[in-house]
Amino acid sequence: MFLHLEEYEVIRLCDFEHMNHHEASKAMDISRPTLTRIYGKARAKIADALVTGKQIIIEGGKVYFDSDWYRCRNCNSYFNQPDKGSAVISCPLCRSKEIENCDAMNEDMAESHRQCSDICVCPECGYERPHEAAHPCKDQVCPVCNARLMRKNNLLAKDL
Amino acid sequence: MKVAITSTGNTLDSKVDQRFGRCAWFVIYDTETGGIEFLPNPNRDAEEGAGPASVQLVASREVQKIISGEFGVKIKSLLDSLKIQMVMYKEPEKTIQSVIDMLKN
Repeated sequence: MFLHLEEYEVIRLCDFEHMNHHEASKAMDISRPTLTRIYGKARAKIADALVTGKQIIIEGGKVYFDSDWYRCRNCNSYFNQPDKGSAVISCPLCRSKEIENCDAMNEDMAESHRQCSDICVCPECGYERPHEAAHPCKDQVCPVCNARLMRKNNLLAKDL
Repeated sequence: MKVAITSTGNTLDSKVDQRFGRCAWFVIYDTETGGIEFLPNPNRDAEEGAGPASVQLVASREVQKIISGEFGVKIKSLLDSLKIQMVMYKEPEKTIQSVIDMLKN
């Protein structure tokens, strides 16, 4: 019985850390329905292993670790290192050696830089709010009428 | 090595576009030959999936590094598996010329 890494992670967050599904979905950067779906799968697998006496192997799955990010103190850029084998020596932009690992400061970096100039708009009632980078518009719902939001420029293009 | 930079326009005086999937133009800069190519982004007004489509466009040019302001959730894992380096450069006032000058050093 293979328990995928993301399934292990939902069990860890929900049943070990006692997070609710909303908090856990934020922590894993997935939508709440997706988290609940993974959670359901994970529990089914664990129940099956428990009842039928199967071995549980935690392996595989569709995961991406948002880590290994670095910051250059000279030009203030953030970058990752796709080639995990080689060490990070200098900034890929300005070649400065003044770089630091920014995993520890990932949280505030994520919070402070999520805004961009685009606007999410509700196609039903016209409600607008600034688009948050890394949060797809169609995953957001309008607080007024519960329709799915979309990018503002797209709506205009469609109307024309 | 080829580097992609997201740009707000098609001149060297254009600014670095802070979005990746919906940027206006891509600048493909070849560090070996010094060649600069401007590609209009066909996905800038896409309803959804602009990010993955842009990755496909850029990856087809065999780019090894992408400089932009921000990368979305769908993109990070994709670029990671393609072994393309992401550089988040949050300086919306910097011009393409200044970024290319930095890469030359």
